[in-house]
Amino acid sequence: MFRRISEKIIESCIRLSGLLVIIFVFLIFLFLLKDSLSLFGQYAVGEFLFGRNWLPISEPPKFGIIPLLLGSIYVTVGAIVICVPFGVAAAMFIAEVAPHYLKHILKSLVEILASIPSVVLGFIGIVWLGPFLRNALNLNTGMCGLTGSLLLAFMALPTIITISEDALVSVPRTYKEAAFGLGATHWQTLWRIILPSASSGIIAAVMLGIGRVIGETMVVMMVTGNAPVIPKSILEPLRTLTATIAGEMGETVGGSEHYFALFAVGLVLFIITFMINFVADVCMRRSKK
Amino acid sequence: MNAARIRQKIAFFVLAVATLLIVIPILLTIFYIVKNGISAVTWAFITQSPRNGMKEGGIFPAIVGTIVLVIGTMLFSLPVGVLSAIYLVEYAKDNFFTRLIKLSVVNLSGIPSIVYGLFGFTLFVLLMGFGTSILAGSLTLAIMSLPVIITATKEALESVPFSFREISFSLGATRWQTIRYCVLPYAIPGILTGTVLSLSRAAGETAPILFTVAAFYLPRLPRSVFDQVMALPYHLYVISTQVPNMPMELSFATGFVLIALVFIMNLVSIILRAHYRKKKLW
Repeated sequence: MFRRISEKIIESCIRLSGLLVIIFVFLIFLFLLKDSLSLFGQYAVGEFLFGRNWLPISEPPKFGIIPLLLGSIYVTVGAIVICVPFGVAAAMFIAEVAPHYLKHILKSLVEILASIPSVVLGFIGIVWLGPFLRNALNLNTGMCGLTGSLLLAFMALPTIITISEDALVSVPRTYKEAAFGLGATHWQTLWRIILPSASSGIIAAVMLGIGRVIGETMVVMMVTGNAPVIPKSILEPLRTLTATIAGEMGETVGGSEHYFALFAVGLVLFIITFMINFVADVCMRRSKK
Repeated sequence: MNAARIRQKIAFFVLAVATLLIVIPILLTIFYIVKNGISAVTWAFITQSPRNGMKEGGIFPAIVGTIVLVIGTMLFSLPVGVLSAIYLVEYAKDNFFTRLIKLSVVNLSGIPSIVYGLFGFTLFVLLMGFGTSILAGSLTLAIMSLPVIITATKEALESVPFSFREISFSLGATRWQTIRYCVLPYAIPGILTGTVLSLSRAAGETAPILFTVAAFYLPRLPRSVFDQVMALPYHLYVISTQVPNMPMELSFATGFVLIALVFIMNLVSIILRAHYRKKKLW
């Protein structure tokens, strides 16, 4: 009898935990939405989404998200352009070219990179990369979009390498054998057979990399110069969506327009990353088939 | 044929160079922090409180704070994560509810850390009234760690052969008895590896603790779960951006300690994995 009851209790705990995961996502969305709606009660949605000025403490305040959105896009595009070719090339090297012992060393190095806290990379950006770029490219300041892009590209590499490598390795062996049988070289097989077969997995890797870059906060807050203006180029100081929340949250008064505006920025981030992850998940499942 | 061979040589060389261009910065990053930080990492630095506006003394409260947060995170995320993975693998039928859980896990893993910070602030700090506290910070980090723990546990459970369950059922064991005695023991290594890995991430995170627990400067140890604490990643952020004329070697040393802590946790997870893989019987 006692066994029965304790079993029932444990089973309900298990079910409850499953439910809890859904509840968390739902609550996160709900809280962001609730506080965003408080903003849109006082401030027009159109001006928030299409406003070209983010001036939270001027009179009257302006909460146009365009400069921040552009900041995020600049930094993200920069990072992805840098890290996708390198990441996919490294994944191809690890999956197909490297000898067995080297494979393990490279994979462990990638894991080490994945474990470096972002704040440490931000610190390196401040003390070394920023000043280095300023001198090398003759810029006004090293605290700019490019510094952020480079560091974020570095941070997104583990995601892109690991998932691309998985996709490359999981291409059926028979494809490769058939290509070899027809007299193709290893490179021809890799480039024309394995890479295209793994493409949906690689797209998933790129999407997850984008998600990681857009959501990264500390690095961009520390190295991109924190200028909430519409950036003219990636070589100028700018500010991302994430850095705006992190930087301004501590200075707002709870319940003020500014406070709610930051939650609205959070909601925008939530929706963007939700869509990116959804697409990545679909690609991933397609590649598993 | 010869042209194809040459093309292959060139292509593989390019791949190798690309890989090398990734490997070198990784090694340089580690080397740079270690070289500049190691001289300032003394016993006093690790065991003393910061003094003189953090420009002197050590980082003991920040180390303790980070360890406390990691333990708090584990207490919440391990049970919930493991139980929900058990639900997904052992109980769930392929229905709408199950798909919703899976979608939620995918979604949780993609939410930016700063959004977790906002969420933790509204739910735990304000709504539940915990204030900026260890409790609020740990809960926030715990929710962020859930997807990694769930995914790792799921993989570990799925790798236990189905025949184990069939035999247990055939002997008249209930579902929970089967899980408890015939599945979980063999999944433990995978679960531990995933957990340690996710905790090492939590230890290095800054954004989720910004508004939920982190103290700018608090040179004493926490007395209850409702206290604020300093934390290593936040401390590094503060001293490298907010404190003018900060002695460089102290910043480097803080970065060194943070990286060392995270690496040790990763090493533990790698050793666990290797150890149990050797003992695997099937």
